Amino acid sequence: MRYDWDFGAVLAQAPLLLDGLIGTLRIAAAAIGLGVALGLVLALMRLSPRWLLRWPAAAFVEFYRNTPAIVHFFWFYFAMPVVLDVSLDAFLAATLALATQSAAFYAEVFRGGIRSLGPGQWEAGRALGMTDGQAMRRIILPQAMTRMVAPFLERSFELLKTTSLASTLAYGELLFRATQVNSATFRPLETYTVLAGMYVLLLFLFSSAAGFAERRMTAFR
Amino acid sequence: MADIVLETRGLCKRFGPIEVLRGIDLQVRAGERIAIIGGSGSGKSTLLRCLNFMETPSEGEVLLDGVPIGAPRRHRDGRVTTAYSPAALCRVRQRVGMVFQQFNLFPHMTVIENVMEGLRTVKRLPRAEARGKALAQLHRVGLAEKLDAYPARLSGGQQQRVAIARALAMEPEVMLFDEPTSSLDPELVGEVLRSIRTLAEDGTTMLLVTHELGFAFHVATRVIFLADGVFHETGTPDAVLRHPQRERTRAFLASHAEFTF
Ligand SMILES: Nc1ncnc2c1ncn2[C@@H]1O[C@H](COP(=O)(O)OP(=O)(O)O)[C@@H](O)[C@H]1O
Ligand SMILES: [Mg+2]
Repeated sequence: MRYDWDFGAVLAQAPLLLDGLIGTLRIAAAAIGLGVALGLVLALMRLSPRWLLRWPAAAFVEFYRNTPAIVHFFWFYFAMPVVLDVSLDAFLAATLALATQSAAFYAEVFRGGIRSLGPGQWEAGRALGMTDGQAMRRIILPQAMTRMVAPFLERSFELLKTTSLASTLAYGELLFRATQVNSATFRPLETYTVLAGMYVLLLFLFSSAAGFAERRMTAFR
Repeated sequence: MADIVLETRGLCKRFGPIEVLRGIDLQVRAGERIAIIGGSGSGKSTLLRCLNFMETPSEGEVLLDGVPIGAPRRHRDGRVTTAYSPAALCRVRQRVGMVFQQFNLFPHMTVIENVMEGLRTVKRLPRAEARGKALAQLHRVGLAEKLDAYPARLSGGQQQRVAIARALAMEPEVMLFDEPTSSLDPELVGEVLRSIRTLAEDGTTMLLVTHELGFAFHVATRVIFLADGVFHETGTPDAVLRHPQRERTRAFLASHAEFTF
């Protein structure tokens, strides 16, 4: 059996797909930003000498590492209104679900990067009279960051792909728009081929930019 | 007699059950250069590290310019220990500089940035002023032409001289050197020792842990032989290195027979 590929009908829906692309980027950017900030806080808590900080952070990380992402999407979207009497729109629910889960993974990336530096760098900072905060900010983090790039990207790629779960909340990201295009055109093969192509292109651009950034950051080696 | 800059009274340091320092009484006067020698594992590094609180003393006091560091804390059972606030330790470390065996330069910063870092971040000097001070110290160690190189591009000897400049830039009252040449290739030792000698000639107060006994002989004003966590023998370089009174000191020196004065 031969199949007649016809992308025309699908490409005619380009504005809808582009809208989906923007939706995907919006969620991803918001979730990465929030996830990185929260992840850094979690990592610092886990590295703290105080168990009262360490323990909750460890529990948070373990919880999110061991539950599927879609559960968090549903939880923020459907359970929050019941439990906390706050109802979130699809964008906010998806962003929070992704950000909290990614934060758990980012925290492990940051913690690993920070711990990969030996005690000598801490001591050199302290010996100049730096507080631990100053040593962290000026000495440890800038170096740890260069070692985090690869695992950080891996997590962020994962996050970018997981944004597709927002379609289950009827949020207009790429996958959701693609299903709309599909039901309008009855061209599933073409629709999902274009969709896959858009994800590939997106991730390729993303990783090229990251590679460039990494080379600049590690120029001192 | 010059003023006592740095002093310890009954300084003890334990790591778990191991007693590394057992009651050290040390007085360092302005301009003194004290060489600390002793076998490996005898506690030389631990002693230096207690002086700038890289390690917390288990017992005893450290005084800077006659002022005890930390605040006494009385426990319910009557014991008195010393509590050290992080802020107080940061202030002490600005006044007691340290040079490490492994240099520990900041690899993500250039030479000049390494030397400016403490001035900028800790002392909060304006950039131009910090740069001026950093340049002056790099001149002193003979590295004024490597300003924009990253540490990875430098030889071990050059790295250690940058580390010395970095510590000096804070204008500390005392400098601590912990085996500054021990991780260097033999042909690079000389340049670092020359830099240290320059400081000595400028009157810098310093404590130096070293196995370079010849250097200690020529540069130190006092030599301390550390063994079993106490000062086993101390005196002028001539007394300790040439005419040791104690058997243990003689045995140690004999095992370093290769040195010449
Ligand atoms: N952080 C530490 N924890 C446990 N033991 C230590 C620590 N630092 C040093 N020691 C022990 O204390 C002793 C003295 O060490 P050190 O001061 O480094 O000796 P030196 O510098 O004279 O070679 C050694 O037995 C060493 O194993
Ligand atoms: Mg040592």
